[in-house]
Amino acid sequence: MTSLPPPTPKKLGLVIDLDTCVGCQACATSCKEWNTQGYSAPLTDTNPYSADPTGVWLNRVHGYEVKEPGQEHSRIVNFPRSCLHCEEPACVTVCPTGASYKRAEDGIVLVNPETCIGCKLCSWACPYGAREYDQSHGVMKKCTLCVDRIYNENFEPEDRLPACVKACPTGARHFGDLGDATSEVSLLVAERGGYDLLPQMGYKPVNKYLPPRARRDATNTRAEALPKPDGSAFDRLFQWADKVLSPKNASARANEIDNSGKLEG
Amino acid sequence: MHPAYSVILFTTASGAGYGLLTLLALVGISHGEASTLVFGLTSMVIALGLITIGLLASTFHLGHPERAWRALSQWRSSWLSREGVLAIVTYVPALLFGVVWSGLHPAPDLIKPLAVVTGVLALLTVMSTGKIYATLKTIRAWHNPWTVWVYLAFALATGAVILAAITSIFGNFPTFLVYFSCAWLIVAIIVKLFYWRSIDAAPRDLTMGDATGLGGLGKVGQWELPHSVPNYVQKEMGYAVARKHAAKLRKLVIAALVLAVLLMLAALAVPYAAVLSMALALFASVVQRWLFFAEAQHVVTLFYGAEAA
Ligand code: SF4
Ligand code: SF4
Ligand code: SF4
Repeated sequence: MTSLPPPTPKKLGLVIDLDTCVGCQACATSCKEWNTQGYSAPLTDTNPYSADPTGVWLNRVHGYEVKEPGQEHSRIVNFPRSCLHCEEPACVTVCPTGASYKRAEDGIVLVNPETCIGCKLCSWACPYGAREYDQSHGVMKKCTLCVDRIYNENFEPEDRLPACVKACPTGARHFGDLGDATSEVSLLVAERGGYDLLPQMGYKPVNKYLPPRARRDATNTRAEALPKPDGSAFDRLFQWADKVLSPKNASARANEIDNSGKLEG
Repeated sequence: MHPAYSVILFTTASGAGYGLLTLLALVGISHGEASTLVFGLTSMVIALGLITIGLLASTFHLGHPERAWRALSQWRSSWLSREGVLAIVTYVPALLFGVVWSGLHPAPDLIKPLAVVTGVLALLTVMSTGKIYATLKTIRAWHNPWTVWVYLAFALATGAVILAAITSIFGNFPTFLVYFSCAWLIVAIIVKLFYWRSIDAAPRDLTMGDATGLGGLGKVGQWELPHSVPNYVQKEMGYAVARKHAAKLRKLVIAALVLAVLLMLAALAVPYAAVLSMALALFASVVQRWLFFAEAQHVVTLFYGAEAA
């Protein structure tokens, strides 16, 4: 049924921390690995080893540069993007077959690969590019919120998490119930000012993004707090001692670093 | 948006078919009596033929054409499903109307009621095609009040010129039909010009900063794509015709339609000119439909490097 269920009390989703994400692609590759054998499998690649490889991914990590006013260098923000399991997803309501649906029990948005006709209309309706068409199977694919892991009783309780969340080495991905204001993820969103992507579209995404923290730069990094050589008698004594004690070719470099005043602490 | 040829063929061919069907129903309502057998059958076969070719073309781009019947199930929420249901339902009164109106089975009393039902359903089908696009908030150029009118106007204009062309071949070519099809061509020109004016005036006020939510920090630009070759989303949603080319093609559409009007007027003297007029109008219809896709920008392009949408 592509009519939406009444608002779901439980809203399972992800909270993605743009401050700690290092863009390592571990979530993207583990998502691919898990989902190529799980629900709606496989996630096909075409020409994987040739010059023009393409394939279906349910999670992709973008990189953006942000030019902050008054800063000399741009800042890089790694930006994982997958289905946001929206509360009012037009990707579901436009589906003519009922293959796309939003679960009443937990709000997860899924595609039934047995009934999808591959008309692609749902991918047009998604503002976030979260749906990718699988050419070789003729059906639409999307993030399942690892529905086949999070309720999987064959797993130890600590493994009942989405593959991407499990894989993230910096803990930048959090999974939980965003419908429960007291859940860890909800508290995290409240504390860090988590936000919706493109709220203007009116899809009410469940997933939230945590903004990057204020930047550490020339004015507040520890490196810059180190005293600069000031040419005093002490400085010169230490430089002389350093030169005498250092092996021949290394001393020139040590001096260079010292004089620049930018030795990292 | 990527202009898929099957979708362009589907919407223009079936649009013209439904337009023709509506006008034949109008003829049935205004005359209230059966046409000649050959003319009635020919025009009904052409109308239903165009519709059927269009519907078949629309299944070519499906990943699973054999499951197409499932698309009839979600008419409560989906305009695509409603379009499918209406398209199928329209066949029933249309075939019955064709049988009585062509005189295959004389039943003069049934001509008018069947014509009304056929005409209304045909127009509703075209409207729901337009609605599929008009309801997508993700594509500003489609989510526009003119979209549905463009679909209706081109269906009726191409239907009218086809009717004029068929009539001109059958010899009995009423002057009224010349002015009638000219009027519809002019309506199509006006509606399309209003549509273009409206989409050009619509603000492109979403930026990459809005899409990523990082705009508050500063100006956001693309640093690295998540993959080495374009993916499905970029190929399907990232297609954009250069503005320069779009402007030329818009002029071509209008020029072809104006020429179609002139040729239709020439048909007052040389009836066969109506056939040329029809060819030009159909050509214009295909080009404007191609542009409808190629000019439309999807909001997801903001995540892939577009500065505004
Ligand atoms: S992110 Fe896209 S695919 Fe996922 S629920 Fe929202 S609209 Fe649908
Ligand atoms: S591609 Fe499949 S899931 Fe998407 S709208 Fe079409 S039938 Fe529904
Ligand atoms: S929740 Fe599962 S399917 Fe969704 S992005 Fe993470 S690993 Fe992929």
